[in-house]
Amino acid sequence: MAAGPMRMRATQGTGFTDVRVLMTHPMETGQRKDADGKIVPLHFIQIVTVKLNGKVVVEAETSQAVSRNPVFSFRIKGGAKGDKIEVSWLDNKGESTSIESAVA
Amino acid sequence: MKFKLGLVFALAAAPALAQQSPYAEYQRMALENAPVELFELGGEELWKKPQGPKNASLERCDLGQGPGVLKGAYAGLPRHFADADRVMDLEARLLYCMTTLQGRSREEATKRVFGNADRPSEMEYLSAYIARQSNGMKIAPGRTHLKEQEAYELGRKLFFHRAGAWDFSCASCHGEEGKRIRMSDLPVLSNPQYARPLMATWPAYRVSTSSFVTLQWRMNDCYRQMRMPEPTFGSDTTIALIAYMMATAAGESYRGPAIKR
Amino acid sequence: MRHSLLLCFAATLAACAAPATIGERPEVTAGDLDRITAVLKHDFHERGQAKMDRIELDAVQRLCNLHADNPPEALAKPLEEAQLKAIPFPQGNLIGDWRRGERVAQSGRGSMWSDKPGVQDGGSCYNCHQLSPKEPAHGTLGPSLAGFGKLRGTSAEMQKYAYGRIYNSKAYNVCSQMPRLGHAGTLNEQQIKDLVGLLLDPASPVNQ
Repeated sequence: MAAGPMRMRATQGTGFTDVRVLMTHPMETGQRKDADGKIVPLHFIQIVTVKLNGKVVVEAETSQAVSRNPVFSFRIKGGAKGDKIEVSWLDNKGESTSIESAVA
Repeated sequence: MKFKLGLVFALAAAPALAQQSPYAEYQRMALENAPVELFELGGEELWKKPQGPKNASLERCDLGQGPGVLKGAYAGLPRHFADADRVMDLEARLLYCMTTLQGRSREEATKRVFGNADRPSEMEYLSAYIARQSNGMKIAPGRTHLKEQEAYELGRKLFFHRAGAWDFSCASCHGEEGKRIRMSDLPVLSNPQYARPLMATWPAYRVSTSSFVTLQWRMNDCYRQMRMPEPTFGSDTTIALIAYMMATAAGESYRGPAIKR
Repeated sequence: MRHSLLLCFAATLAACAAPATIGERPEVTAGDLDRITAVLKHDFHERGQAKMDRIELDAVQRLCNLHADNPPEALAKPLEEAQLKAIPFPQGNLIGDWRRGERVAQSGRGSMWSDKPGVQDGGSCYNCHQLSPKEPAHGTLGPSLAGFGKLRGTSAEMQKYAYGRIYNSKAYNVCSQMPRLGHAGTLNEQQIKDLVGLLLDPASPVNQ
């Protein structure tokens, strides 16, 4: 709904930046059955990429074991106020979304 | 030097008392990275979004602390509202504001009050956002107005009232210490010792269903499992029970919106 | 309508000056029951198989509500006898199939407005009871039934007792918290027989 595919908060610490990303994604395991007994197909985020000022700093391979609407929080070395952080994900259906935010 | 040590001990003791549940540590860890925040952010958007025939947002809605004041609002509910001359919980009050401020019909605004993992409802987003603004404050529902006292008394009587196809009252499950249904511990909600930690952690994100659940939903779902017909959203029955439980939990520091398994 | 109902509660409030002890069960009069029923009638609506007749209190519910689940013997006994008389005990062997019984005991479906008609209901037995000692996911609202048959045997009398208890627990203890699974129409004759099998059959996991 109003939540959108992703929300991010990037806050600066001393010599590091804390990033918290909330991702909206069903993360279907491919084992769940719907109300009619049919298997809900596999649908999950496979790769999460984080860029700091255009440079890739994190590349994570995730799996269907991660639950629905995953929260990804991590700490990057460095980062100054105004620096651009971009988080993007790619799922097994080839869909992708990204979000960009400046360090606060 | 002695003073300092005393303070440290006092501070150390308080959390230990609050954390008697074996799930306390799990709760603490889970809350650090809970999707609850997603719902709070969605709720903030909805609070500010102009909707309905009057194309108005909810920002002038009075939740008991004054129009638009959200700090402490959830912790002070249910309470009596003079404009409606009725005791209301959060969700009934939001519905009132949707119909009066935004000009929406009750039918439209209640079309989908309980959502699911794929599509949360407006009430769920708004409840998360508004509950957050009471985090850290003491639970203190209205107790002085005559109607507030009546709601409490009705709630107390309803709690023990056996009816329905299976002869259940709330107390049938929530009436005796140390009981569980399947593997779910059953708090004795008529007892402050158990009501307090419970009411301090609703509404909440429910991991098992990937959905956000509210007290109106809980009343509805309890009555369903009690083999009763369905209570109307925001009805006196539901508000009375919530008033009773919040009053029984009064004084507790509110810790929501929380996370449950 | 709602205003006058709430005013009635105010009157009751004025009558009892002493504030209730937190957690204490309130005193309830016949008038209270009528008022509560009226509020429920106003606030609830039927959905699915859950019709509004479920709001009406029968004699058992009235008695237990009036006496905080602890009615005097003189009032409890006749009601228990009447409930017992109304149980349609089948003839012959009441021990059914314990394998089917275990499925009935495990299922939490039945009699809710969310239950699809035509889908086999269950007894929700594991919600409250331990049955097979191998099943850890059981509730503790009711007593453990592990070893039920081992302790009591399979006599005709014991079969009848087990059947009757499941059909209508109030026939044996009028304010029992256990639902009247036969009386409420949740379980049919075969399902109850299968549960009796689960309880009494020496081969049942309950008796291992």
